[in-house]
Amino acid sequence: MEEILRVEGLCKTFTLSRKQQKIERTTAKRKTAVDHLSFNAYRGEIFGLLGPNGAGKTTTLRMLSTLIRPDEGNAILDGCSVVKEPEKVRAKIGFLTSELKLEDFFTPNYLFDFFSRLHGVDETTMRERKERMFGRFGIDKFAEVKVANLSTGMKQKLSLVISLVHDPEIVIFDEPTNGLDVLTARTVTDYLQELRAEGKTIILSTHIFSLVERLCDRVGIIIDGRMISCGTLEEVCNGMTLEDRFFEIYKEQKGGEE
Amino acid sequence: MKSNTLTIIKKEFARFFGDRQLIFTAIIMPGLLIYLIYSFMGTGIESMIQEGMNDNVTLRVENMPQSLAPMFDSADSMNISVVPVPFTQKDIDQLEDKNLNTVLMRFPPFFDSQLNSYDPQSGMPAPNIEIYYNSTNNATQRVYTMLTSMLTAYEESICNRFDINRVDETSEEPVSFDQATDDNIGAMIWSKILPMLILMMLFSGVMAIAPSAIAGEKERGTIATLLVTPMRRNELALGKIISLSGIALLSGISSFIGIALSLPKMIQGDVDTSALGFHYTTGDYFILLLTILAAVLIMASAVSLLSALAKDVKNAGTMVLPLMLVVMLCGLLPMFQNGASENLVIYLIPFYNSIEVMTAIFAHEVQWMPVVVTLVANVVYTGIAVWVLTRMFSSEKVMFAK
Repeated sequence: MEEILRVEGLCKTFTLSRKQQKIERTTAKRKTAVDHLSFNAYRGEIFGLLGPNGAGKTTTLRMLSTLIRPDEGNAILDGCSVVKEPEKVRAKIGFLTSELKLEDFFTPNYLFDFFSRLHGVDETTMRERKERMFGRFGIDKFAEVKVANLSTGMKQKLSLVISLVHDPEIVIFDEPTNGLDVLTARTVTDYLQELRAEGKTIILSTHIFSLVERLCDRVGIIIDGRMISCGTLEEVCNGMTLEDRFFEIYKEQKGGEE
Repeated sequence: MKSNTLTIIKKEFARFFGDRQLIFTAIIMPGLLIYLIYSFMGTGIESMIQEGMNDNVTLRVENMPQSLAPMFDSADSMNISVVPVPFTQKDIDQLEDKNLNTVLMRFPPFFDSQLNSYDPQSGMPAPNIEIYYNSTNNATQRVYTMLTSMLTAYEESICNRFDINRVDETSEEPVSFDQATDDNIGAMIWSKILPMLILMMLFSGVMAIAPSAIAGEKERGTIATLLVTPMRRNELALGKIISLSGIALLSGISSFIGIALSLPKMIQGDVDTSALGFHYTTGDYFILLLTILAAVLIMASAVSLLSALAKDVKNAGTMVLPLMLVVMLCGLLPMFQNGASENLVIYLIPFYNSIEVMTAIFAHEVQWMPVVVTLVANVVYTGIAVWVLTRMFSSEKVMFAK
């Protein structure tokens, strides 16, 4: 198996403002979101990062997508370092999170072309790809409708399509089905499997056990920014269901506290 | 009911006093700005008065009467050099040059004896004292005002036995004592009004779009979508500033046309508006265009930086407000000064340098060096702003601050 992603000792600490200290109910001025995290992923697999809210999943994915810079450690995506070559990394990945929004004023058609050009996709490929992907997700009928007037589900499908305009080798999804209606969620998960079949690598974060069980080839369990367990589902679950295994690990880490 | 009202009041106070930025904008800034603006205006007015007071003026007097000679004894202490020599029409015509600090005063021959023999009841014209000056030159205007005040007081003390600058209304070509040309007057008015209007219009254009284009993108989450593309951050920063400048320029041009069309209507009345037309060369227009472009660039840069720092559009508006007032203040300064500064260091100050160059253009006093310094300074500042904005786009603290 060809390794396409290697994460080595990734660390990220945030300074807490007074407001954040109040929210977090702490007097500590800094919070470690990701603590020496290491894992790898292979070409053509779906790797899931599983963890509770605040575990550091989103921070990890944001570092992999170069939106934020690690304090320590590095990640190599398809031969490019997130620390030294962020532009090259961004050219190789498609990143989708609920934080990333599209301008309401523009149409799907315009946005597809705009992001394709930013990714350096040539005009012919852009047209072919647009036709295929808009058809695949049923966006073609709404290609000239402003994003503001699209349904929530259609907006999410469009966001997915826009994140993949450049046909990236690595797709990073933060909570891919969060907030989606069941039909759109199914479309997304089906498409992730299609991407895997095409040989793409997908890194996703989630706290939904069933999603990991249905989609992921390998999984990493993160708690308090640290990788507690990482491997194939069989290796991690150790004969238990994923949910039971997760809570066992969680109790071990938290010393029995809920 | 009363307790609900009290609860609402408490909530509003808690909201207001819990926001330090809002406290600064709503309570501290107004007082601070009024203090600053009025202090600047006071300093400006004082320097304008001082400017006229300190300049030496040559007062050429023809037919100086013996009775009035003592009146000019203390002229030296007021920076007036009295020269008792006759003058010609050519000398009068030369006063059209507003940089010439000369006032010409002509008494009728044998003024003292004419004064003694004149009967105010006779209906005959009284002996007339002619004073030629240029009202667009502060120093000569000062001397003219001083002379007329002194002579009027003297005239009243001797029962109106002479006139000052009497105009023969029946004459086909009445004598004009103020040698300021229409161009002089037009240039003075335009140079005091237009720079501020242009700058404000351009700034309004920038204000209307920049907060939405950067802080709005942060607020809507669309900036992050751009940041995960392979585009370099400096390309994003430069693209934002240039596009904002272009749109602001169009907005400024639209406002400028509106002003140009409405200004003659605004200043109707005693002023002959036909005399206030633009009399500027192609070179003047070219320099004006360059100055406006450079000014828009620096404005778009400054507002973009503040917008990038802001959490949302509302916050950006609050942060840009003090800058807008500073720009307004810069725009007001030419009203209290006579022409543009000759100190090149002044042209390194962003915003104010553009105001000074525009003042010089409209006052027909433009020189290449200040223009070059202004253009280079503004382009350099824009370059620095692009660099800083690039850093800000790369900073998670700035881009993803909650």
